Amino acid sequence: MASVFAYAPAPESRSVVDIAPSYGLFIDGEFAEAADGKVFKTVSPSTEEVLSEVAQAGTEDVDRAVKAARRAFEKWSALPGSERAKYLFRIARIIQERSRELAVLETLDNGKPIRETRDADLPLVAAHFFYYAGWADKLDHAGFGRRATEGIAGANPRPLGVAGQIIPWNFPLLMLAWKIAPALATGNTVVLKPAETTPLSALFFADICRQAGLPKGVVNILTGYGDAGEALVAHPDVNKVAFTGSTAVGKAIARQIAGTGKKATLELGGKGANIVFDDAPVDQAVEGIVTGIFFNQGQVCCAGSRLLVQESVHDEVLHALKRRLSTLRLGDPLDKNTDIGAINSAEQLARIGALVETGEAEGAERWSAPCELPSAGYWFAPTLFTGVSQAHTVARDEIFGPVLSVLTFRTPDEAVAKANNTQYGLSAGIWTEKGSRILAVANKLRAGVVWANTFNKFDPTSPFGGYKESGFGREGGRHGLEAYLDV
Amino acid sequence: MSDGRLSVFKTYKLYVGGKFPRSESGRVYEVNDSKGRWLANAPQSSRKDARDAVVAARKAFGGWSGATAYNRGQILYRVAEMLEGRREQFVREVAEAEGLSKSKAAAVVDAAVDRWVWYAGWTDKIGQIVGGANPVAGPFFNLSTPEPTGVVAVLAPQESSFLGLVSVIAPVIATGNTAVVVASADAPLPALSLGEVLATSDLPGGVVNILSGRTAELAAPLASHQDVNAIDLTGADAGLAKELEIAAADNLKRTLRPQAVDWSADPGTHRLTAFLETKTVWHPTGALGASGSSY
Repeated sequence: MASVFAYAPAPESRSVVDIAPSYGLFIDGEFAEAADGKVFKTVSPSTEEVLSEVAQAGTEDVDRAVKAARRAFEKWSALPGSERAKYLFRIARIIQERSRELAVLETLDNGKPIRETRDADLPLVAAHFFYYAGWADKLDHAGFGRRATEGIAGANPRPLGVAGQIIPWNFPLLMLAWKIAPALATGNTVVLKPAETTPLSALFFADICRQAGLPKGVVNILTGYGDAGEALVAHPDVNKVAFTGSTAVGKAIARQIAGTGKKATLELGGKGANIVFDDAPVDQAVEGIVTGIFFNQGQVCCAGSRLLVQESVHDEVLHALKRRLSTLRLGDPLDKNTDIGAINSAEQLARIGALVETGEAEGAERWSAPCELPSAGYWFAPTLFTGVSQAHTVARDEIFGPVLSVLTFRTPDEAVAKANNTQYGLSAGIWTEKGSRILAVANKLRAGVVWANTFNKFDPTSPFGGYKESGFGREGGRHGLEAYLDV
Repeated sequence: MSDGRLSVFKTYKLYVGGKFPRSESGRVYEVNDSKGRWLANAPQSSRKDARDAVVAARKAFGGWSGATAYNRGQILYRVAEMLEGRREQFVREVAEAEGLSKSKAAAVVDAAVDRWVWYAGWTDKIGQIVGGANPVAGPFFNLSTPEPTGVVAVLAPQESSFLGLVSVIAPVIATGNTAVVVASADAPLPALSLGEVLATSDLPGGVVNILSGRTAELAAPLASHQDVNAIDLTGADAGLAKELEIAAADNLKRTLRPQAVDWSADPGTHRLTAFLETKTVWHPTGALGASGSSY
């Protein structure tokens, strides 16, 4: 198919972004080297080219950043909400202005297609700041009532203090927005650690904070590895921990903060079921399945990684799905025609490869889209497994890659039972023309987000988060405020 | 002007349907400052101008109410941005109109800019405050959402020619209504200048229409107009307000009665909710676990 539909290269220009050879930590409004002088390199996953060298935060740096955030907290939290709002509106507008630059940067550092960073990540980032900006002076309307500790009617809910925030590499700037926007709107100050493989957009965000005139210390960015994240969670002067990442680390954090007063939101793994009934419009469902699992190379916690298809339409759906997957264009993420970009890191690529091998070894049938993989960089062809049973590893473990496991069902009850048969509970999809069936199935699903006849839709006004071991707390929407308020 | 240069006066015009017409009646009236010095001649709008403004507002309603709340929020914020850039002009106009010192007028204009920001933030939140799922006792999905009521006639406050004006316009359009605004009769100039700001803020033409003239003359046809859905009586005195409320009853307009307002205080949400309808949608959910055909 690829040869039939040959596309001329349409690369987005790299010239809109100027990446410095090295970056420091952003603490108290200044960029600074790590206390012990350590640095690490960040590479472009599509070429393995070194993009920049960034400071590697250690325990001492974490302490400095938390102290800066604590110093800034008093004034920041005492500002009238309308003034905090205006800072956030400024940030939202500057992000809009610089969105093409940030989209290219994110694509370079993360490996995802420019089409996604340009059309999904960046618009959502700006919208998120815009939305929470508006909440900053409306907290007493948010429905959380009076503070439990002090029975003053009408008293605004109070911020928690210093928030330690740790974000993943799959949507670096968007996850930053999900963390920082509600935290600042509610009057908290933050220390944020981006993932070690995608530190750059957070550092560019630090520059946006400076352009917006944000007071020093309100936002601090620490680039580094898991040890810095652990030190941040452990710091005695952190009041709130917000983490998006793996369930294993989420559980470690939950243990770590046990017995402290720290409030936590954890947004963890998933194994979302995408349920296709026999009356679903097949072409739309196929597009939804593709969006569900191949968006961002499947490196999405809410991915629809398990396809539950009604037995009577299994062959029809699979035929259409394979035909569609054969037309996906994998390659240079900066090319505007690219559908599938690079896997974020060699480590992640190895993990995906190992799980796929296990899938084959356990007897599921593997099919991969016929596409040529570039010689440099980290790549994995869109892949699906058929003949998958609920006991198979590929039906149980989160792969976090472009790998779909296909299971079948006969009745809606069976579909629900299978969909819920997981440790996770983040997302699910339902494809059927019948409204009452959508609602009946949605009512029974143990998942925090249920998409009907669509998938992977996000909006700053809409809460997001999981049941069970997909974590707790909600981000986004009015609900997302609660995580940062003393209520 | 200090160097003896002769300044260029501005011809103040109405703002209707995104354009700046004079009154179809050809009338103007003298607008003076608080000490009685002549400032400008403002259009004295007619009943026909009011009806034309309603037509423009109705025409704009479909697009504006259909825009996403996010989009409306961005546009209201854009109004704040544009206003901030013309701050000096409005400080002068407000000082002249209301007889305020420059610093007091500046505080008023700053508050007006911030008020646009306040309502910009409400566009995509009011639905989450006043709407929601209703736990009906049956197998039904049941969701209430607010919707704009339609074309709203707004009699702007007579005293607070700018902060009061902004405080009555912004909540009406934040939720997706369109507005026909009758400016303060004696101090219409800040309102007419606001039209110039709105025209350059990505606000679609017709969403806000601004008329200057005699309040009672313009309010009567608006209150009885069958294609106006609601009326804010803030700028009417008690006697006029009662007459207008009676006229408004003809097609059961939603009316907001005049009340003592401190325009500098937290505005709350009542001006938003005054011009909202609530729509409730029911849908059966069926039940799983019953016979296969009952879903």
